[in-house]
Amino acid sequence: MKTKLYDIAHSRAGDKGNTLTLSLIPFKPEHFELLRNQVTANAVKEHLKDIVAGDVTRYELPNLPALQFVCQQALTGGVTTSLTMDTHGKSLSYALLEMEVDVQ
Amino acid sequence: MKERIRIGCGAGFSGDRLEPGLILAQHGKLDYLVLECLAERTIALAQKRKRQNPDTGYDPLLERRIEMLLPVLLNNHVRLITNMGAANPLAAVQKVVEIAQRLNLSLTVAAITGDDVFHQLTGNETALETGKPLHTSGAILSANAYMGADAILPALATDAQVIITGRVADPSLFVAPLVHELGWSLDNWEQLGQGTVIGHLMECAGQLTGGYFADPGRKEVADMAHLGHPFVDVLANGTAVFGKVEGTGGMLSVATAKEQLLYEVMDPSRYFTPDVVADFTQVRLQETGPNQVQATGGRGQARPDTLKVSVGYEADFIGEGEISYAGANALGRAKLAGAIIQGRLQDRFADLRIDYIGSTSVHRTSFGHYPEPYEIRLRVAGRASTAQQAALVGEEVEALYTNGPAAGGGARKYIHEVVGIVSTLIDRNQVVPNVTLLSA
Repeated sequence: MKTKLYDIAHSRAGDKGNTLTLSLIPFKPEHFELLRNQVTANAVKEHLKDIVAGDVTRYELPNLPALQFVCQQALTGGVTTSLTMDTHGKSLSYALLEMEVDVQ
Repeated sequence: MKERIRIGCGAGFSGDRLEPGLILAQHGKLDYLVLECLAERTIALAQKRKRQNPDTGYDPLLERRIEMLLPVLLNNHVRLITNMGAANPLAAVQKVVEIAQRLNLSLTVAAITGDDVFHQLTGNETALETGKPLHTSGAILSANAYMGADAILPALATDAQVIITGRVADPSLFVAPLVHELGWSLDNWEQLGQGTVIGHLMECAGQLTGGYFADPGRKEVADMAHLGHPFVDVLANGTAVFGKVEGTGGMLSVATAKEQLLYEVMDPSRYFTPDVVADFTQVRLQETGPNQVQATGGRGQARPDTLKVSVGYEADFIGEGEISYAGANALGRAKLAGAIIQGRLQDRFADLRIDYIGSTSVHRTSFGHYPEPYEIRLRVAGRASTAQQAALVGEEVEALYTNGPAAGGGARKYIHEVVGIVSTLIDRNQVVPNVTLLSA
């Protein structure tokens, strides 16, 4: 069954210059494996193709459990000089949560 | 040495709310209150103010915060550490002394300087973001090195009740009192790694207690209107228990702590600060009571030999204009307006952005699966080298009233002067912290 990440996980966006960070934290720890298998760096890059121009790197934190995505060239120049409204990209956690995954 | 200290964080950015810090000082049973008020761009803007008037350049809310807090801090024996000095910690401590005298209070205030490395840079240093020399970004306004806990320690050894810094790494504002009070050392990377985890969780204040988290129906947070800011109890062995003042709103849970732990983190196994390269990957978070979370397991490796320098430069001007369309074909009319503006301005602006607020303005997409909204707001932004040129954007959007699609309403126009930020690295030996004491 397809479901949005919004239904099984939460996320917070952060910015460093033109780089966007997105955490992905399952509400239930048992969903971590599913996230690890399906929400790969490539899948996130494809999902955010209209937002992220550069590379996406994924870090795994099985202890929490959580995933962390670091997205390069994602903030149209960065907080200080970008022409966009959300220059920090603070709203972009909910763009990640729009992604769909298969849940058994 | 103490067995345990309690540190509160009453502000997580320059514009943060004033009341939560006061509540912490009044009822938090704190040893220290930290106010983190200095974003990357804030210091460059402060430097511009200082150039116009050498008695300014500190945080614009400093007077209001200090006036409100000072009697409570002194009465409850809470020491204050804050980076509200921004571009001018010396003027800031003078202002604090002035306020104390007005309130008939006596105290010692410490200013920490040394972060301003503007005169040490040639402009030929490489910007980390562009790979080109700093001066190619624009005329340099400010250059401030991120100093560490070691810059604050000498002030903690004095009897100063208020310590005001310029640019210091945010977690270091917390690491310094931990080192000072708990007998930690500046080369114990495990301690400093855990201290940095603590500082990182605390530095955004309300973001640990339900702010930037709440989502009704999904992530419920009680009484957001009275959101309390956090405090942390730290034991000499590094165990940290986070809480908030009884009766305040908000929520502190493993979920809020996880979001904040990873906030703005690039590689979680290598989080660089001037104090340590911290490792967040072995952190364990555990709820130990209502609105109470324990954090253990922060680790670290030797601190870097270089410090990051945040460099502010004169960028340019951004002009903006907005106008709304509602009802049948709102998006169609807004898009026609966007095309008209494009046609009228494209020859005069190399960099023009047209957004449809209510549709695709913040995510730059709607992933193709949301229906057309009832109303839509056109927003246009353009970059220019002068304020006069930037103003054209708003003028053209306003002119859509009589020269654009049907029923455009509520036009607004704005002009912003833009300060850009790039960064570079400096040998840490070139940055010499200094303490200046002033008494009232």
